[in-house]
Amino acid sequence: MNNKLDKFFVPILSVIFGLLIGALIIALIGYNPILGYQSMLNSSLGNSLSIGETLRTATPLILTALGFAVANYVGLFNIGLSGQALAGWVGSIWFALVFDGLPKIILLPGSILAGILACALIGIIPGILKVFFNTSEVITTIMMNYILLFVSTHITHNIWPKSFMQGTDSTKIISNNASLRTEWLTNLTGGSRLNLGFLLALIFIILIYVLIKYTTLGFEIKTIGLNPIAAKYSGISLKKTIVSAMAISGGLAGLAGATEGLGTFQNFFIQSQSLGIGFDGMAVALLGSGSPIGIFISALLFAVLKNGAPGMNLAGIPPEIVNVIIAIIIFFVGAKYLIKYFITVEPKKEVKGEENK
Amino acid sequence: MNIVSILTLVVSSTLIFSAPLILTAIGGTFSERSGIVNVGLEGIMVIGAFSAVVFNLSFADKFGDATPWIALIVGGIAGIFFSLIHAVATITLRADHIISGTVLNLLAPSLAVFLVKVIYQKGQTDNIKQAFGYSDIPLLDRIPFLGQIFFSKTSIVAYIVIFISFVAWIIIFKTKFGLRLRSVGENPQAADTLGINVYLMRYSGVLISGLMGGLGGALFAQSISINFSISTIAGQGFMAMAAMIFGKWNPIGAMLSALFFGFAQSLSAVGSQISFIKNVPVVYLQVAPYVITIIVLVAFLGKYNGPKANGTNYIKSK
Amino acid sequence: MSKTTTETLNAIEMKNITKIFGNFKANDDINITLKKGEILALLGENGAGKSTLMNILSGLLQPTSGQILLNGKLTNIDSPATASKLGIGMVHQHFMLIDDFTVEENISLGYENTKHFFLDKNKTEQEIKQISEQYGLGIDLKQKVADITVGMQQRVEILKVLYRGADILILDEPTAVLTPQEIDELIEIMHGLTKEGKSIILITHKLDEIRKIADRVTVIRRGKTIDTFSTKGVSNKELAQLMVGREVSFKTKKPESLPTKTVLSIRNLIVENKQGIQSVNDVDLDVLAGEVVGIAGIDGNGQSELIQAILGLTKIKSGTIEILDNDVTNKNVKDIIQQAGNIVGQVPEDRQKEGLVLDMNIAENIILKTYNRYPNSSKGILNYKNINSHARDLITEFDIRTTNEQNKVKSLSGGNQQKVIIAREIDQNPELLIISNPTRGLDVGAIEYIHQRIIEQRTSGKAVLLVSFELDEIMNLSDRIAVMHAGKIQGIVNAKSTNEEQLGLLMAGVSNGGENE
Repeated sequence: MNNKLDKFFVPILSVIFGLLIGALIIALIGYNPILGYQSMLNSSLGNSLSIGETLRTATPLILTALGFAVANYVGLFNIGLSGQALAGWVGSIWFALVFDGLPKIILLPGSILAGILACALIGIIPGILKVFFNTSEVITTIMMNYILLFVSTHITHNIWPKSFMQGTDSTKIISNNASLRTEWLTNLTGGSRLNLGFLLALIFIILIYVLIKYTTLGFEIKTIGLNPIAAKYSGISLKKTIVSAMAISGGLAGLAGATEGLGTFQNFFIQSQSLGIGFDGMAVALLGSGSPIGIFISALLFAVLKNGAPGMNLAGIPPEIVNVIIAIIIFFVGAKYLIKYFITVEPKKEVKGEENK
Repeated sequence: MNIVSILTLVVSSTLIFSAPLILTAIGGTFSERSGIVNVGLEGIMVIGAFSAVVFNLSFADKFGDATPWIALIVGGIAGIFFSLIHAVATITLRADHIISGTVLNLLAPSLAVFLVKVIYQKGQTDNIKQAFGYSDIPLLDRIPFLGQIFFSKTSIVAYIVIFISFVAWIIIFKTKFGLRLRSVGENPQAADTLGINVYLMRYSGVLISGLMGGLGGALFAQSISINFSISTIAGQGFMAMAAMIFGKWNPIGAMLSALFFGFAQSLSAVGSQISFIKNVPVVYLQVAPYVITIIVLVAFLGKYNGPKANGTNYIKSK
Repeated sequence: MSKTTTETLNAIEMKNITKIFGNFKANDDINITLKKGEILALLGENGAGKSTLMNILSGLLQPTSGQILLNGKLTNIDSPATASKLGIGMVHQHFMLIDDFTVEENISLGYENTKHFFLDKNKTEQEIKQISEQYGLGIDLKQKVADITVGMQQRVEILKVLYRGADILILDEPTAVLTPQEIDELIEIMHGLTKEGKSIILITHKLDEIRKIADRVTVIRRGKTIDTFSTKGVSNKELAQLMVGREVSFKTKKPESLPTKTVLSIRNLIVENKQGIQSVNDVDLDVLAGEVVGIAGIDGNGQSELIQAILGLTKIKSGTIEILDNDVTNKNVKDIIQQAGNIVGQVPEDRQKEGLVLDMNIAENIILKTYNRYPNSSKGILNYKNINSHARDLITEFDIRTTNEQNKVKSLSGGNQQKVIIAREIDQNPELLIISNPTRGLDVGAIEYIHQRIIEQRTSGKAVLLVSFELDEIMNLSDRIAVMHAGKIQGIVNAKSTNEEQLGLLMAGVSNGGENE
């Protein structure tokens, strides 16, 4: 019962509360919330182009959320998804530009792998610091977000040769052989930027589902996350497993960055802020209760909200309202005690026998 | 440029860049000393910056020179209200501190820009007319050499902020309130058995972090960015958090760390005007605060890692 | 109600106290009386109900029924704050101190003196110093609690209580963590306190101390008051007998033990804890196939550390451990428990923290140590068909009461949780089974079942090492009994030829367990 409560009722009620409070805010500034939401849905799902763009938006969210979830399964908070995704973006574009002339069959997988590997390596740094020095992964990943942000700008400005660049702040477009875009997906969705990254995300939903549910590594990850002491008593290696989980987590964020680079934008341009897909991915994972299926649904929902933002704008409502709604939803997910309190009778405290001392 | 004018430039810009960090880092210290991790400082700064700029734009005509000071207080108060979300979530509703703090960071920029658009029908505000500027500190600026470097064309606010860090140190380490605040951050159970209201102390800690973070954001907006937009606060809150950690959860330590980080920032901002660091890649200065924080955390190994009960929810048992 | 003068000489009277948790009677109609200026010892085994009773007196728990009279007046102690106001102070066995604070800060917290806006450290210091000197506590107020010895920390706890004006002090197992010298000093302090008119309740199960410290003793067993008498002229033997009780209990039938080869061999084992104290001090022990070796002793005398050392969970300072002639000294856990065909099985001390993952289901808990082996998995992929069907078999075989193997372990009762562990460990057919407190907190039925299983293992030729704080259990199951005290094996006796008195004396650190000193 409790588990179902966590997995279904809390997310669903959180979304409802988020939308209701959002509606209230819209009404307070003098607009019609129903029209706003209508226009939002129209903008994100109204035609094949917008549906394509919505799925495209969901792609990196799914991947970063999976990354957050894997780290969370082992008991860690990977707040560094933005920085890792950024590194994946840079890594994949770098590979694509350096090996420009290679055939697609090598260049595309190579570029993707470059993005994944760059971030797997970056992901294990907080993992290693955690297991050997007990350094808070929350702090190290946050700090690394900024380090990677500045380093990515540095690479763009000072390391990449002129031949890569188009202007000072962005690279030239990658060759078709490195692109995740395909004609059939583009045509199917009325010219949207939907690309093979979405299919990769779907594949990784299944892979991570299998990893967590059906592999011994997944079993070790879950065991450590739920009870590290019992895991230790059972002979599971905490160090190895935690570092592996962080590598997978970082790798997924890197893949998210690679799909942005090779799919959505086709180049890299300098960023002034941490990538939104990092924290949005964390939000998706929290709403999806960490389960791959939940993540898929949550990512679609958030993509609908995000791509519906221009629709809000058309209705005269500042589009930032959708991010406000997302934040409110996560507030309720985080404060699930509130929802539990309202929909269940306060669970009776377990009766404990005398504490033996 | 001669050496004195270089130093004057570096010192004054260090002070200006540091002051918002110092305020916010002190705020974070209060929150974490009470046992509530606050990764939402960034969001609190955003709200402080936004409120101050809106107030400043609206009332500059009315209050004249005093406007930035009043706007500062407005930012602080807005910060208090905003941090209440974090306090309720973590203390009363037992939410995970990291998740709740992240909510603040997700909410603040969107909410602020949303309101900017509602109020001004555009994505960023105009520049404020009454900002914190540079001024000479009377008498002290007449001290030969040092006076010119430290006390002329400088930021008075920054000196006040440095003074505040000493006050905060006294509050945390020399008063009853501070003792109790620290006790609930170290061992809430023990504090509870001694009749200390754990929830009250923790609420105080978080709301003070709201006040200070709000002040920090308001100061930043009125001394550095001069307007408000989505990118006004971009990482300052996290840098303040780093200063708090680097300063070992001690207000004076946080102040010194923030000065150091501000120094790194100011070099990256004014470095191009100084010949001998012109060729140092700016990235080293930009990442220095973050890299140093990680190194310091690793080097702490086994030593002080912050208040013991930091990040834990306390559920009073009966 | 009229009170006679003799009654008002009593600092505390607890009358007919009953406390029920669920369907478990922790206190069953208990009566105790504490006279003014005396030290009353409360003697009983682990789990006898002493802590519950004292938690009631200190306001942490409310009795289900019964009355408390303070200085002859009926009193309702509804919270620790009330107890403190009434002058009742408890020194917990597990200290409630803030490590990062100084001694002075710890003592004054909640009762701070202020001058203007600031803490008035001078005044506080003087006040504490005065009390400290009055009772000869001799504490350096400026040091951090983290930097002082455990004995000093305990004095801080005592001072904390005195600073709040307590007249009645409850000391819960105060000597459990102290060195012999510290214990002597504590005894002096306690006598000093009573001379100044304080009354003390001392919770303990160390017999020597009772005779040295207390004026009178009340014996509690299984939640009931057994007797109260003066400590003058009473012998350790008598006390031990009363504490453990004669009215024992379900004996497990067991055939003659036929020990064969040595399975576990420990030589000169020394384990140091973080403070550099030897928690296991030069231990030699053999466990043979076909026997149960019981380790008796009071909690905290090195039993846990000994077990952890055998299993590779803690670093060994010196000495050797061999299992079936393989040196496993300082090997890692995985190598010891997972390799070489499941030689070692373990039922850990704290089943919920160390033995189970409460949020996982029964089947997953059963494969906790074997998930990476056929038939549970192959090539890194788990085979849930095998896992679940095997779990169902074990649920039947070990009589785990649950609807199916997919239920989370946290939904099971304590007894059934323990059966999941026993099933997991015994199912692997280990040569050496290490079991710690297997029946703590369980009901009679579950206890009986688990005892039978342990004997079965031993009779089928396995070596069993059993740690228990329950003397009954040790005597009931063991063939040989090693008694640990202060990290040392105080003596190894044959279970058949020993008795509760001898064991009680050994546990209390009296060598040979012979006569009274």
